[in-house]
Amino acid sequence: MIGSGTGAQQQIAREEASGLIKWTRNNRRAITSTLFLVVMLIGFTMANPEVFSQFKTYRSVMIALPVSIFLVVPLVFVVTAGEIDLSFPSVVGLASYAFVSIVDQGGDPLLGIAAALLVGAFLGLLNGILVVRIGLSALVATLGMNFFLRGFINILVEGFSIAIPEVRGTLIHTLMTDDTIHIVGNQGIPNQMLWALAFTALGVFLYNRHSFGARVHCVGDNPESAAEMGIDVDRTRIMVFIFTGIGAALAGVFSVMINFVWWPTTGDGLLLPVLAGLFVGGTPTWGGIGTVFGGAIGTTIVAFIETGVIAAGLTGFFTQFFYGLIIILSLIFQRFNGGRVR
Amino acid sequence: MKNDYIIELRNVTKSFGNVNAVDGISFGVRPGEVVGLIGDNGAGKSTLIKILSGVHQPDSGQIIVRGREVRNWNAAKSRDAGIETVYQDRALAPQQTITRNIFMGREIKNRFGVIKVKTQYEEANRLMREIGFTSKVFDPDSPVATLSGGERQGVAIARALYFDADLIVLDEPTTALSLIETAKVFGFIENVRARGRSIIFIGHNIYHVFDVADRFVVLDRGKVVMTEDRANIPAAEVLIKHMQEIAELGHATEASPA
Repeated sequence: MIGSGTGAQQQIAREEASGLIKWTRNNRRAITSTLFLVVMLIGFTMANPEVFSQFKTYRSVMIALPVSIFLVVPLVFVVTAGEIDLSFPSVVGLASYAFVSIVDQGGDPLLGIAAALLVGAFLGLLNGILVVRIGLSALVATLGMNFFLRGFINILVEGFSIAIPEVRGTLIHTLMTDDTIHIVGNQGIPNQMLWALAFTALGVFLYNRHSFGARVHCVGDNPESAAEMGIDVDRTRIMVFIFTGIGAALAGVFSVMINFVWWPTTGDGLLLPVLAGLFVGGTPTWGGIGTVFGGAIGTTIVAFIETGVIAAGLTGFFTQFFYGLIIILSLIFQRFNGGRVR
Repeated sequence: MKNDYIIELRNVTKSFGNVNAVDGISFGVRPGEVVGLIGDNGAGKSTLIKILSGVHQPDSGQIIVRGREVRNWNAAKSRDAGIETVYQDRALAPQQTITRNIFMGREIKNRFGVIKVKTQYEEANRLMREIGFTSKVFDPDSPVATLSGGERQGVAIARALYFDADLIVLDEPTTALSLIETAKVFGFIENVRARGRSIIFIGHNIYHVFDVADRFVVLDRGKVVMTEDRANIPAAEVLIKHMQEIAELGHATEASPA
């Protein structure tokens, strides 16, 4: 009813707004992207019922998808705060390098994780200082950081990768990446997917129910008003960069744990798919609003595109074409949830 | 006179580049009084308000809250001192809900920072009724962008009401409001005064200021050029005449200078 009919009809519809209608109205961006994912999967299933009725198809996507989710959740906060961070691929690389070098030298993986989180948080703080304190453009400064940190990695390791097969069978590796919930035979939902879901839930909670999330919204919507109401705008902005650094560190650690190998290029291919997932999920570019759950759904949409295109019998040449098509289509759908405000 | 000010500024200055926006102002507000702060564009009203509300830090001078000097003054400290400012631009975040705007920067939360969503929603609902929002078209979850100018003003005022401020600063509260909405703002001011709270009312429209204020403070080029009780000014026209003299001579001829 809402959104159609005359003004008077609309008014009546709102007067009768039940809990469900309100919930729909408050979560319409996430609902739109979820519907989009469902429709896309139905389309893929019709194109190739055999592949898309098998659990292993979904499992193969769920192996690497969590890496993107650890990135997209904090990025929703960054974009909502009116900023952008393009340095995360290299932060993934450098933070996971800290992890892998400690494990490679016989160190405790937990110590390695702590080191990775520290490196990620520090690089996030560095981004925050460059953008907020020194006042550089977030777009350009974090793009510069992305090149700078990747260059730093290359100088550090001179092209060599590091394998850590010794983590196989350790408790921490089992907890992070084995299949605990079995679906078909001994194949199940990879644990990293459960961790990613928990991280998403934490993100949703912080974003909607915590004062940090409320302040991120206000800062991105109208920084002058936020400052007038006593919000420490600079601090809030720096915190979202630190949060992204921490998310990138987790993404990096999971990536290495899944592959048993750290490459100097670890994280490199994530920039565009993760950003596409973020915006496809329903977080607009202009700040002030967004959806963490939608972001996770958006990265899932992007993750399924390649599988779906190949399964539909098209060659890999079509992948990019469909990436573009789906990004644009989803933005058109999100347009019904409100146009640009700036 | 006994020093019973809620807040007092002593010799406060603030300059931007080589413009002395506030040039040695001393000024205080007593409990329960409505101070009309007037002056031409560029007189320093807005800067003075932003110093009071903590958005700007003064370059020099003292800020004294209830007899005690406060250092490192900022917006959070100002709100903690019981000062709520209703800015000319309403200080709203348009894409956010009415509830989030009312509690911006001061959420109702537990000690872990978790917002009490239901309490906030109910308080926002109660406040909206209290300030006369009877429309069913919007509820506390509606984004502020869907409201009219007067309704937005209502949200900004609801904020000041909720936090039960000792001093409410109204910066040009009647600008761009309809007659009915303006009358509502005046009703609100009377209400606040009746509760023994203080108000600083900033306005261009001298008739509006004259109708509500107990005392007038006139600014010109960053200085207080006149303070006068309402009792000593027979009519708004007299005040306007003073203002014209100030604009021409830099001081008033009849009323006692500050």
